[in-house]
Amino acid sequence: MTTDAERLTVVTGSSVTRRKVISIVSHVLLIGASIVMLYPLLWLMASSFRPENEIFTSGVSVLPSANWSFDSYVRGWNGLRVGFGQLFINSFVISALSVIGNVVACSLAAYAFARLEFAGRRFWFAMMLMTLMLPYQVTLIPQYVLFLNLGWVNTILPLVVPKFLAADAFFIFLMVQFFRGIPKELDEAARMDGAGPWRIYWKIILPLSMPVLATAAIFTFIWTWDDFFGPLIYLNDLRQYTVMLGLRTFTDNTGMSDYGGMFAMSVLSLVPIFVFFLLFQRLLIEGIATTGMKR
Amino acid sequence: MATQVDTSASTGAGRVASPSFWSGVWQNHAPGYLFLLPWLIGFLGLTIGPILTSFYLSFTHFDLLTAPRWAGIDNYMRMFTNDPKFAASMRVTFVFVVFSVPLKLAFALGVALLLNRGMKGLPLYRALFYLPSLLGASVAIAILWRQMFAGNGLVNQLLANFGIQGPSWISNPNTSLWTLIILAVWQFGSPMIIFLAGLRQIPQDMYEAASLDGASKWRQFWKITLPMLTPVVFFNAIIQTIEAFKSFTPAFIISGGTGGPINSTLFYTLYLYNEAFGFFRMGYASALAWVLLAIVALFTAFSFLTSKYWVHYDD
Repeated sequence: MTTDAERLTVVTGSSVTRRKVISIVSHVLLIGASIVMLYPLLWLMASSFRPENEIFTSGVSVLPSANWSFDSYVRGWNGLRVGFGQLFINSFVISALSVIGNVVACSLAAYAFARLEFAGRRFWFAMMLMTLMLPYQVTLIPQYVLFLNLGWVNTILPLVVPKFLAADAFFIFLMVQFFRGIPKELDEAARMDGAGPWRIYWKIILPLSMPVLATAAIFTFIWTWDDFFGPLIYLNDLRQYTVMLGLRTFTDNTGMSDYGGMFAMSVLSLVPIFVFFLLFQRLLIEGIATTGMKR
Repeated sequence: MATQVDTSASTGAGRVASPSFWSGVWQNHAPGYLFLLPWLIGFLGLTIGPILTSFYLSFTHFDLLTAPRWAGIDNYMRMFTNDPKFAASMRVTFVFVVFSVPLKLAFALGVALLLNRGMKGLPLYRALFYLPSLLGASVAIAILWRQMFAGNGLVNQLLANFGIQGPSWISNPNTSLWTLIILAVWQFGSPMIIFLAGLRQIPQDMYEAASLDGASKWRQFWKITLPMLTPVVFFNAIIQTIEAFKSFTPAFIISGGTGGPINSTLFYTLYLYNEAFGFFRMGYASALAWVLLAIVALFTAFSFLTSKYWVHYDD
């Protein structure tokens, strides 16, 4: 007991300087870790502005080259038989449609689960939760056969239509959690005034759910933009390619690679995500903190 | 007896036929199902149907061009007795999961603890550490990684400053998998944010009481922080493990789709993809998918069953 008490007085006695030292050490550690973590990104960025012959001679520097130029961007943009502009358009179309599909379909389902009474609700909700854990490989091959028979392979339909059928159950779960937090009195008051489920959904739930709808929209956009596996399987024609497939094509030309062009297009492909990050950082971080998303 | 049955049947029919009964059913249940309809169509058509179909296909030989041929348990037999690539992909995936998930969570927790000390600039640090998580799934990052760990890549140029001549990390089967583990650990940001949220839930008075009792910071961590955080640790561990099992893109890009060198980055998902869409062995790939499902399901069930021995819940 006495030793503990002594230690306590010692600690409290020197606590001001001690706390300062700990704080400085922590900051040094965190700044060091930030630099190590961001270094590869900075290097990628710097390399994309270097002339091709400097990329591997300028070593580890992340400072802009003296003869920096946009040459790599021009070469990369035209590096495939189809310009990267087309690929960006394709990616944007797929991502935008996915956002609409996810927000509409998932919010409809979430409203049913969170607010409506109907036979079998608990059962379907449990089924929905189960699909959260399901590895997509289990449904992959029959889905491919189905889309093949529908003649949808090499179109964007297999990538977009499932979103309109609320296939990303994760967002349903996210929205259910949010909808449950909206006071039920609001629904009941509206019902007194003769509003049906549709009016309540449209006039009360959706307007009050903008944060969760925005979170779902942003994550859908980013995940669809990043998606590699879906386009890899369903899109074969270069004109249909997404940006991610285009980048992969660079790595395929193993013989004589255009590193500058590849890096430049890599940087460009990250720009939309980075913009979302800058604009909606708080929304994204809160979304993860409250629900625990995978990435 | 017979009349009784008749009357009950007729009253039943009468009730069913009455318009008020049906409109009641309609009013009570139809809106729910109407709102659920898109999901329900997707669930039946894109999830349940395909799950059952893939179970059937796993017992067939199917090349997509001709009808599936019944194969009994051939696919599963081949997998477990006569397929070195399957064994290799299992080994690679398990090594990846076993090393990447604990390392990632350890970094996430360590940084979260540092940040939770009421650091100035917390939002900035949090955002910086989160950025790799957000970007990390991209093909662009996999390309960057491939370059970093190449023979003349960034890592070796850094090492050259210290006079060390590094190998080509990605073309050496002993190190290639580790480049992917490092890539996964680099993305510790999202579990870190969840840890931070969990740390904030721990009541401060518990620490104050412990300090008054003279418990050291170290002791407080083991006796308060960690036990109170176990639900979050549990959650993060499950999510990250399932994600690690499903990881595909980095291995595909870094190995050029082959899983090489010498199968050292042949992730299970990559092997499955190659069997299905490289060799069109759809039956065998379906069997692989079902084994993956079994592994994930067993892991999840095991985690939940053992959780009551180490996860601390308030109630």
